[in-house]
Amino acid sequence: MKNRENYRKERIDRCIKARSDDIYALSSYKEMWYLIFPRVVPIIGIAILAYFLPLYWKKVVITTCIFAMLAVSWDFLSSCGLLSLGQALFFGIGSYTAGCLNHYFHFPIYLTIPIATICGGFISTILLLPVIRLRGIYFAMVTLILPLMLARGIEATHVFGGNEGITGLSPFPNVWVELTFIIAGMWAALFALRRFISSDYGLIFVSIRDNDRATMASGINIYAFKAQALFIGSSICAFCGAFMTHLYMFTGIPVFTMEFSILPIAASAIGGIGTLAGPLLGAFILVPLSEILREFGSLRVVFYGLVLVVCVVALPEGIFHYLSRKYNEMERWVRLE
Amino acid sequence: MFVYGLINSAVLALMALGFNLTFGISGIANFAYGAIYVVAGFITWAFINHLNLPYAVSAILTIIIIGIFGALVYKFIIKRIRGLVISEVIATFGISIILLELLRFIGLIGFKYSLPVFIDGSVEILGVYVDIQRLFIIGLGILVIISLYVFTHHTKTGLAFRGIAQEEHTSLSLGINPDRIASLSMGMGSALGAFAAIVILPLGTITVDSGYDVLINALSVCIVGGLGSTFGVIIASFIIGYTQTITAMYLAPHWTMIVSLFAILVILVIKPSGLLGHQKELEERV
Amino acid sequence: MAILEIKGVTKSFGGVKAVEDVSVNVEENTLLGIIGPNGSGKTTLVNIITGFIKPDKGSVFFKGKELIGLPPYTITNLGIGRAFQMVKPFFHLPAFKNLIVPLSSKRVRSTSGGGYGDKDAIALDILEEVGFERDSSVPYKTASVLPHGYLKRLELARLISLKSEIFILDELFSGLSIAEVTSILPIIEKILFEGNTVIMIEHRLKELFRIANKVIVFNFGRIIKEGAPKEILEDEEVKKAYLGVEV
Repeated sequence: MKNRENYRKERIDRCIKARSDDIYALSSYKEMWYLIFPRVVPIIGIAILAYFLPLYWKKVVITTCIFAMLAVSWDFLSSCGLLSLGQALFFGIGSYTAGCLNHYFHFPIYLTIPIATICGGFISTILLLPVIRLRGIYFAMVTLILPLMLARGIEATHVFGGNEGITGLSPFPNVWVELTFIIAGMWAALFALRRFISSDYGLIFVSIRDNDRATMASGINIYAFKAQALFIGSSICAFCGAFMTHLYMFTGIPVFTMEFSILPIAASAIGGIGTLAGPLLGAFILVPLSEILREFGSLRVVFYGLVLVVCVVALPEGIFHYLSRKYNEMERWVRLE
Repeated sequence: MFVYGLINSAVLALMALGFNLTFGISGIANFAYGAIYVVAGFITWAFINHLNLPYAVSAILTIIIIGIFGALVYKFIIKRIRGLVISEVIATFGISIILLELLRFIGLIGFKYSLPVFIDGSVEILGVYVDIQRLFIIGLGILVIISLYVFTHHTKTGLAFRGIAQEEHTSLSLGINPDRIASLSMGMGSALGAFAAIVILPLGTITVDSGYDVLINALSVCIVGGLGSTFGVIIASFIIGYTQTITAMYLAPHWTMIVSLFAILVILVIKPSGLLGHQKELEERV
Repeated sequence: MAILEIKGVTKSFGGVKAVEDVSVNVEENTLLGIIGPNGSGKTTLVNIITGFIKPDKGSVFFKGKELIGLPPYTITNLGIGRAFQMVKPFFHLPAFKNLIVPLSSKRVRSTSGGGYGDKDAIALDILEEVGFERDSSVPYKTASVLPHGYLKRLELARLISLKSEIFILDELFSGLSIAEVTSILPIIEKILFEGNTVIMIEHRLKELFRIANKVIVFNFGRIIKEGAPKEILEDEEVKKAYLGVEV
């Protein structure tokens, strides 16, 4: 290492990135590849991985995709200024909606999941509507409280099967359908949200997080926008819940457990908050790893905690930010004048 | 019922004071508070049963250890992410699950894990028999509140605490080191949690899950009372304490948690600043 | 008829009366200056007009319509634009994208084009109007790296893009150099020339008195003097409140 006292590190956007950030005017296959590579490789990679792995690991991929979607939804909510500590709430509502529709009304699976997605989002939004004025940590506390309250409420009132939950729901035809369905859903959610949040309409959501008072002074009804964000975010979670319900043919109090709230946050913290793709990456690191650690029992949760703390403190920007910087920027040392 | 409600309120107030102290002064929502409470119980238990220390010594040692632990958590973890609310919550929540699930993994579950009461026996008050331990809770609760008041109003450090809580930038210019104050407040908040654990835990067994319950209780009391307001905490613990006792008597015990959760929701909807919150907090919340 | 009528507005924070029984009429197409020592309740009054704070007593009428009780965004959509004293733009967005937010508001949504970058073009136009050099990279820079002077201009641009009828400028000139102030003054004059109304809270009395039609002086939450700039300059009470300040 040479003496770098009189040097500083300079970061320059690669010229293709600088040109193609907004307008796509590509002139060579190399430039196209540069843009397509980071998008196509994970899609193909995960597809190949999923279809050729043994059955047990196929199931792991499915679980991973579910958590990845929860994490993407968490990140979307947090980029709209809604810090949620209770993805389990949205997840659980979706799960119970699908379970009840299937059990009490005998709706087929291709109806329950779409209905649960929409209704789940709707119910969650209405539940949180009274507290939508709250900011930051106060909103977080409410989202932490609500799933606990619902779980205890079901326990106390014995509705929807009470402690035992609802079992014997209709399953998917086979594992291939499950895989294709959830992977497609995951990519759709990710790319749709990425597209959405960089559109003119999506910018308003980001602006609410940056400064809600200035957004109000710009004539935007921030509560309506927050409600919309909440609906989008919770619908995605409700879809996951409904999917999981049919996957395990069961719904019950465990759908409100902390794990569904913590893991998405952990994944986002590792992957990089605010990128949407980062949380997905984080989920694909965390979930398979915790599957390997399964034999350690409750030590698994300790491991989550450790990862959370270490990542938040040591790698505050997240893996995805780091990777994208390495890919999109050139670094060099320049002498200070 | 009156007496039990009073005791329940005192328990809640003791649980909430530590959380409230940290939040009120440095604005850190210490989600590891419940974990600290449980860990304090286990440390005291270990001191008594493995090192055969006398009860009073182990209690004081525990409070000191936990206090130092809280300050160290601030120094090595929170200080680096100060001001990033999301990161603070994630980090303290992470610490909380590390501590609690580690305890669960080690297998500290069972009836043998309980702390002895200070003085055995019970007395009759207003027609009901009450354990002396429960009277201790009320007495010590009052004592803690009074000493906190004296500390914040009549000592130099206490005044610095209030200064930081009210206007951080002005305090900076007056030579108050906010990091030192914040780590002190974390330490003191944690120590108060440990104190609460030592006083309250003899009533039952030490369980890992009670960590989450304590956190929720502390949160609900603080939110209802107005975060950072000691007087609000006292009033809120009376409100929640009595509603819990009444629900437990007339409905069923497992409704109590629902009632306190419901109380938070109602308060947040009606008066977001809490019962005795200030305008400054209101701006933060709404 | 006055475009904005403030009648007997009172607000206290925990015993301290921030604004006490304030009544002002703002005539259309005039520039009203509000001066007074720090903490005399000027910003509180602005917060009340724009709906961020609810007063304990009193009412505010905009073209005969009661404003008290309306949320800030509705008041903005009625045509009252407000620049903040502490500029906090949307730091994650480039400067011109900052204007996408006001351009999407109910007030100007229908006139600011559809998708496909229409709003971007309008935003760049408005930014040029307030002094962002169009051919430079300044309008495309992320707001977090812009210098203070440009952020103040961005606040002004936000109000212009909202097509506000009343511009409330809360200490717009604070922290700006004389050169920057003199380059912003013509923009304000142009806003007035187009038939709008301006309310300025200002400590830069020299610049304010040159363009103001009427000035009110605040002290301890009350109006202690109201009148044309010349009368204010000669008033003894004002001098006492502003002791040490050279006018």
